[in-house]
Amino acid sequence: MAGSDRTWRWVDGLGIFSLGLGTAQVAAPGAMNRLVGAKDTPENRAVQRWLGGAREIAAGIGIETRRGTTGWLWARVAGDALDLTLLSLVLADPRRRPDERRRATAATAAVLGVTAADITAALRLSRGAVRETRGRGTGDMAEIEAKAMITVNRPIGEVFRFWHDLENLPQFMAHLQSVRSLGGGRSRWRAKAPVGMEIEWEAEITGEEIDEFIAWRSVPSATVQNSGEVRFRPAPGGRGTEIRVLLHYRPPAGKLGSAVAKLFGEEPGQQVRDDLRRFKQVMETGEVVRSEASPEGTRTRRLIAQRPAQPLPA
Amino acid sequence: MRANCWTGKNSVEVMDVPDPKILNSRDAIVRITSSAICGSDLHLYNGFIPTMKKGDILGHEFMGEVVETGPGVTNLSMGDRVVVPFPIACGTCGACQQGLYSVCENSNPNAPIAEKLMGRSPCGIFGYSHMLGGYPGGQAQYARVPFADIGPIKIEDGIPDEQVLFLSDIFPTGYMGAELCDITPGDVVAVWGAGPVGQFAIASAKLLGAERVIAIDRFDYRLRIAAQRAGATDVINYEQVSTLEALEDITAGRGPDACIDAVGMEAHHDIGPLHAYDRAKQAAGVETDRPHVLREAIMSCRNGGVISVIGVYGGFVDKFPMGAFMNRSLRMRTGQCHVQRYLEPLLARVRAGEIDPSFVITHRMSLEDAPRGYEMFKNKEDDCLKVVLSP
Ligand SMILES: NC(=O)c1ccc[n+]([C@@H]2O[C@H](COP(=O)([O-])OP(=O)(O)OC[C@H]3O[C@@H](n4cnc5c(N)ncnc54)[C@H](O)[C@@H]3O)[C@@H](O)[C@H]2O)c1
Ligand SMILES: [Zn+2]
Ligand SMILES: [Zn+2]
Repeated sequence: MAGSDRTWRWVDGLGIFSLGLGTAQVAAPGAMNRLVGAKDTPENRAVQRWLGGAREIAAGIGIETRRGTTGWLWARVAGDALDLTLLSLVLADPRRRPDERRRATAATAAVLGVTAADITAALRLSRGAVRETRGRGTGDMAEIEAKAMITVNRPIGEVFRFWHDLENLPQFMAHLQSVRSLGGGRSRWRAKAPVGMEIEWEAEITGEEIDEFIAWRSVPSATVQNSGEVRFRPAPGGRGTEIRVLLHYRPPAGKLGSAVAKLFGEEPGQQVRDDLRRFKQVMETGEVVRSEASPEGTRTRRLIAQRPAQPLPA
Repeated sequence: MRANCWTGKNSVEVMDVPDPKILNSRDAIVRITSSAICGSDLHLYNGFIPTMKKGDILGHEFMGEVVETGPGVTNLSMGDRVVVPFPIACGTCGACQQGLYSVCENSNPNAPIAEKLMGRSPCGIFGYSHMLGGYPGGQAQYARVPFADIGPIKIEDGIPDEQVLFLSDIFPTGYMGAELCDITPGDVVAVWGAGPVGQFAIASAKLLGAERVIAIDRFDYRLRIAAQRAGATDVINYEQVSTLEALEDITAGRGPDACIDAVGMEAHHDIGPLHAYDRAKQAAGVETDRPHVLREAIMSCRNGGVISVIGVYGGFVDKFPMGAFMNRSLRMRTGQCHVQRYLEPLLARVRAGEIDPSFVITHRMSLEDAPRGYEMFKNKEDDCLKVVLSP
């Protein structure tokens, strides 16, 4: 896990760089042109703004929301190549003054550095993705781990009781259709998967301590092997309750397996974070908060493909 | 219904869109009677705020009449006249309970985007990009108002719309800008930007007891309103004199006790000494906002003074004079306005006749003319200071 954490930190850094640089290009194309030693003509401004800036922002947001991140990183590499082409045009132009050439050379060096970083991150991530889906030898996928935490401004007893009634979970866990209690610590879980598939499994409580933790695990015969635990702790100074969730999934091979993988997205941690955000909304405001652009509430995977901020059609 | 929608950089269009519906139990639907165009809308119009989508309904300064309420709204009924605060806030999270409504932890369903850009998310805002929630705005005939049980303020009597409309944003924003200055007797407050927000910051600094209030801008008509209507004691047109030198002069070398930035990310650059900073940027430099006013405010503020930032910034600034800021014991206070906490006290001031907020209005138009309103406000045509739209 430590290795992949490092990759994500690296990727995050590049994402922020994209956002920063991109917004500068869109906001101040003239200054950016002077900066890299290009002539500040209207055409060059347009080039900076639309070929450069818009592309950087798109890549930044793509990376930052971790939606198809690997693809976005390669888009960055392509974008770097574009920058290098533009800069080489500046360098090749015999009408350039020496100071303009100096700046363009410096900018080229900087972009080359960034390109190298982008390629490294994209390669690391592509390799990581391959490892994740191939699993270890048996044809199974590797185990997926996800963790997230949040602070909820409600007393610990109330928060614990709400979660302890597992039938409440679908109120904030977006992928769950229902959880039905079977008695004796057993429950039946149903999840929606993409392309109309449904996944069902049975789970049992493996441990609990009032106002402290609840742990559960799928029964051995379940198609989707999974386990989870949630820990509760009073936040200091009357700030409510701290909640920490840790989940493990081992999706099966085959078509169902890839549906499960899709379900949990490229980065399962984000999905658990979304769930906890909705949990906080339910506990603090009474329900999941919706906007017209996000009528189903927080769902990071849908952020890019949002509806416009207009009322929903009747 | 009809609504003014963002259709791209420098372009808005009034279009037919579906009527709003209740989505959450604490929602109300408001039939809008007055709506305004804000300097913050110009940041969207000019294409500086990412995550806008074609068709997004704009507008976050509006008031109207309640026509429908969700089952969770018991304090409002059909026909109530309300002003709606621009930050969408739940009232029950830790931030709301501290009165920090504009950083409500629950009202932005798109918080993950904002978190990637800003580390943590602020509240959702009407008509203000997808990263701040993807909520349709109030430059429309109707709007859905989430958390209507804690946000909107009822206006019972016959005060005209124009005197209370700006409780939705710019009056509280200017007031908060002045309040953050912790004004004590004898204080000199300098306000960059004599737009509508700057005008209310100036008026509020006076209300809160500042000795002198200096308005800084380059449009004489705005400076004139600042002096004649908002109560500025001094004005600086920075195209005619250097802001920094004029401030030295007015304060006899002390510098203003507090500096309010009511300009934000699109500050205009004069040819001043600090302009050189930007030219010296390196190719890998990262900057999204133009922090020209911030730099001036920091350089000129008295030692130990306050920089109050109510102008909006979106991302990253470059060449921030951290050395001056740290070594001279300056303080910086910031925020989107926590409008909800100012509604009652400021309405009381309007009722008591201490201020008539309608002094900033220069243009009244129909909602259908919103595109012309944006152009006029942006280009300062016809001495435009504030446009009010009626649907
Ligand atoms: N914090 C909040 O809650 C909040 C609420 C509303 C608006 N705002 C922000 O306040 C700012 C002002 O809004 P507005 O409606 O008054 O907009 P506006 O565009 O009408 O006013 C900005 C004024 O600043 C002046 N200006 C530009 N560069 C300057 C410089 N270098 N020195 C001095 N003045 C300069 C302009 O000439 C203009 O008059 C915007 O950034 C807006 O987004 C913040
Ligand atoms: Zn506003
Ligand atoms: Zn809140």
